[in-house]
Amino acid sequence: MIKSMLARIRQGYQTFPFPKGEPPALPDRFRGRPVIHQERCVENCEACIQVCPTNAIARDSHLRIDMGRCLFCGACREACPARAIEFEQHYHLSSGTRGGLISHEPGRNELGAILRADIHRVFGRSLKLRQVCAGGCGACEADVNVLGTIGWDLGRFGIQFVAAPRHADGLLITGPVTQNMKLALQKTYDAVPSPKVVITVGACAISGGLYANHPETCAGVEDLFPIDLYIPGCPPHPLTILSGLISLLTRSPSGGRAHFPCVTRPGRTIG
Amino acid sequence: MTSHACLIHNGESIRRDDLPVVTFDDFRADLLRHVATGARVAAWFGVPSTADTVRMVCVLAHDATGQLSLLSTDVRHQYPSLTPACPQVHLFERAFFERWKIRPEGHPWLKPVRFPSQQDGQARAPCLDPYHISGSAVHEVAVGPVHAGIIEPGHFRFQCHGETVHHLEISLGYQHRGIERALRGGPDKRTRRLMETASGDASIGHTLAYAHIMEALCDTPAPPGAGMIRGIALELERLACHTGDLGALSADVGYLPTASFCGRLRGDFLNMTALLCGNRFGRGLVCPGGVDFDLDHTRIDGLRDRLETTFHDTKQAIQLLWETPSVMARFEHTGVLSAQTARELGLVGPACRACGIEQDVRYNFPLGMYAMRHIPVSVCKSGDVFGRAYVRWLEIQRACDLIRAVTDTPATGVHKIDIGPVGGNRIAVSLVEAWRGEVCHVAVTDAAGRFLAYEITDPSFHNWHGLAIALRDEEISDFPLCNKSFNLSYGGHDL
Repeated sequence: MIKSMLARIRQGYQTFPFPKGEPPALPDRFRGRPVIHQERCVENCEACIQVCPTNAIARDSHLRIDMGRCLFCGACREACPARAIEFEQHYHLSSGTRGGLISHEPGRNELGAILRADIHRVFGRSLKLRQVCAGGCGACEADVNVLGTIGWDLGRFGIQFVAAPRHADGLLITGPVTQNMKLALQKTYDAVPSPKVVITVGACAISGGLYANHPETCAGVEDLFPIDLYIPGCPPHPLTILSGLISLLTRSPSGGRAHFPCVTRPGRTIG
Repeated sequence: MTSHACLIHNGESIRRDDLPVVTFDDFRADLLRHVATGARVAAWFGVPSTADTVRMVCVLAHDATGQLSLLSTDVRHQYPSLTPACPQVHLFERAFFERWKIRPEGHPWLKPVRFPSQQDGQARAPCLDPYHISGSAVHEVAVGPVHAGIIEPGHFRFQCHGETVHHLEISLGYQHRGIERALRGGPDKRTRRLMETASGDASIGHTLAYAHIMEALCDTPAPPGAGMIRGIALELERLACHTGDLGALSADVGYLPTASFCGRLRGDFLNMTALLCGNRFGRGLVCPGGVDFDLDHTRIDGLRDRLETTFHDTKQAIQLLWETPSVMARFEHTGVLSAQTARELGLVGPACRACGIEQDVRYNFPLGMYAMRHIPVSVCKSGDVFGRAYVRWLEIQRACDLIRAVTDTPATGVHKIDIGPVGGNRIAVSLVEAWRGEVCHVAVTDAAGRFLAYEITDPSFHNWHGLAIALRDEEISDFPLCNKSFNLSYGGHDL
């Protein structure tokens, strides 16, 4: 007993001051939001498009990166002869709309904003989520789980993961939704009382990710349920997941999205 | 009696023509003889042979000699099951049947494993039809696939009499996403990323096994500098997961101080992996031919500082477990497995070492950094939850020692080389001791050097049945604790 109390004193208070204070430091090699320096991009070069394992990069008038598919592996950055692609230290990547994850498309459309206001009114002070892993490899699940540890202490935001879908206000889904999990996911969704929110975490849940073209999966949640929040990454950093969840629940004084102290480097950003 | 097996070492490849194809009777006799003298079945798979036959290939691991032997025979329609004589092949035979529709006659429980080919878009659950015990006071408890926590899906069916579990059947397949099918025809730009997500918390283990396969097929070993960084990453993965597991075990017996401390400390170890490559799970670090990120002196110093601080806190947090009688009362004599059962089932990793069996790929089949630095095998004889917890603690200490030792005199030189074209018509085998145990990858290439077959055997594939047996005659309320003491991967099993 005394030893456990002494250990508690030695280990000290460990909860991060974020979001009121600074977020925990990100590693210098962290690959956050992808940035395209369009002016450096070489015409008729498709090096990045060819190496992308999830076909997240496409070119029409501009080069676009779809963060909903992106694994943040950095293969495009290595392949680009002109160093036109960079990954910022920017962790707030989530969006209320699928389009908000794609570069050079106006994100956060009106529908998204209206839905957000509603979510804030209904769930702003208490959000109980049921997590369903539907083919996820375990990494997204691990970094969702970590939000419950003392460093992140998700409970202080009124967000809690519950065991029963009947007790939940929504689902947080990871994985590409395997055919073998489709029925279980549908039943869990149906068991959550309305109104409910659906949050997708990770490239797999958003677009199918690596497994998008596998007949064994449903290529993510997109065709199954309406989605309220997309949190991209493979897996997303806990900070990305947390800032996404908070943005769902809080509104800044201007009525827009919550503001986060983000570390960014100069360059043309997307979204 | 002469052996028909072809002997190779970990991380080597042979020509496909050099793999002897023997009659089924010889295959059976050889396999049983090797297993009786201490070999384990590390992999078992099929390769298309002629129009109506499949070449059944078995990889046996000889821990005592550090060698691997390959056996093969051609089968069609059916063959007499080896499971009754050699229980550890039970799941391999089921998976082989599921894939090739070749029936092992006499298999005691021939059910699908991963339930694939549901390609009609119809939502359905994997067929269960579990083993039933009947009787007026017998009841059945069904759990899953959606569990009461943030974990992967699987179905557990308990046959109980009162509180006592007489039988547990574990039915998986919910996570099946077609990885092995997608690997055939590779390697391509997706291959490495598929390996990273085969079992998400063992990304380094699986990508390392894949990198060894590629280096074996190209006959070009990775440079020593890469070996060091790979070894550090593999040990950091082990540190993070073992620390997390000890915290979770602590939470399952309601001892919250260690649970709370270890939850944070696990993150600190993950962040050290992120220091190496920017990703907490080591995504993007290991590649065929080396690693994609170097490790300079400043970074080594930073890593060592963080390792010392975190290890200090971890030691303090974990020591509390062994000093707290209420924790030890729940850990000891719970979920006991004997060494004989562990051998018969072919268990691997900490679950096997906790039964007193000295078996560790890093020691028995060393490759890369481990060929230079021998790591002691961490064992505990009790075979219970305490044993599985204590082996983890021993491994945490030894992993820290190893990282300290290699960074004292860091290997210099390049960290990545071009490995050249993939050899055609070859078979390569690679074993890696990931944190859960032995990861075995086997690749078979065609004439053009494309994968004709790529087989992944995650440690969970061997160990899930160990959990089912460990729970026999235990109280059902001890299931969460036993389950956590194995902490197996669903995705690595279902692939």
